[in-house]
Amino acid sequence: MRRAVAILLLIIVALGISISLEKIPFGTLKTKVGKYYINEGREETGAVNIVTAVVVNYRGFDTLGEVTVLFIAAIGLGAVLRAGVGEGTKKTESASLVLYTGCRLLFPLILVFGTYIFIHGHLTPGGGFQGGAIIASGFLLIYLGCRERRISRTASNLAESLGGMVFVLIGLLGLVFGSYFLLNFLPKGTANTLFSAGIIPIIYVAIGFKVGSELASIIDNLIEESQ
Amino acid sequence: MSFLNSYIYYIGAFGLILIGLYIILVKHNLIKVIIGLGVLDTGVNLFLISVGYVNKGTAPIFSKPGIGSEHMVDAVPQALVLTAIVIGVAVLALALSLAIRLYQHYGTLNLRKVREQRW
Repeated sequence: MRRAVAILLLIIVALGISISLEKIPFGTLKTKVGKYYINEGREETGAVNIVTAVVVNYRGFDTLGEVTVLFIAAIGLGAVLRAGVGEGTKKTESASLVLYTGCRLLFPLILVFGTYIFIHGHLTPGGGFQGGAIIASGFLLIYLGCRERRISRTASNLAESLGGMVFVLIGLLGLVFGSYFLLNFLPKGTANTLFSAGIIPIIYVAIGFKVGSELASIIDNLIEESQ
Repeated sequence: MSFLNSYIYYIGAFGLILIGLYIILVKHNLIKVIIGLGVLDTGVNLFLISVGYVNKGTAPIFSKPGIGSEHMVDAVPQALVLTAIVIGVAVLALALSLAIRLYQHYGTLNLRKVREQRW
């Protein structure tokens, strides 16, 4: 009965979708705003990566909201998992020497790679979100390989709050120096160099720290729960 | 054949969305429902990216001075999906933590046996 209702619902949804999708052609540039960003974004923001220009500059306020959603999800996970249950005292078996050494060798390299990804966010594919995810994957490796090692919770909280505060402060500085929140008030520099595009690299580094420490704390909470 | 060529990405994306919806509606195991949520999330991301695609498209990055902008794909859906992926991971983790608590409280992940969750 339940299955039949579900299939009926899916058929109705699929019909509605296919009728509305008929009008949307595949493979053409559909929006004027997309065309505008591609044609003018390089001159207006100084970033050669147009996706970064959209995320940090044109829709910077939107990104602040999305970072907040991520923050709330991480906080909620910590609150749900921390509440109530006492300390687990299960002993975990330590990893073999090869695994332990390999993880410790790879960890700094992964951190350097993630940092490279979010520092060069305005020049190459990548940025704060991707670099933060890579850094969190490094912490995951450490947690899986060398189980007795833990990141310091204070350092993670510090990096997270610092990242969020730098983002908001730079936005407010835009109000001080000009007319609106998240105004790109720094000089744009020459395109295709590391120190270009004004506030975009600074904000992306802040986002990288914030996302990396939030995802690492999510991993930390989940792994602590499983032990 | 040309129909398939021009709509295959939409079909794939909405196939994923419908599969995810079906899993969410039908399955009783909470972990499977969360997996369905993940599949649904992937389908929505794939659909947004494929709406922004341009034929013979390249990434919207002027990595070399001579690159023209004729065939660049739309940057706005890519920017949306970029943040949506990270948020999707965080939301899945939150859902899994709620599943852990539910299991500790009721001793089961079967939604039929959890009184407040039955529909």
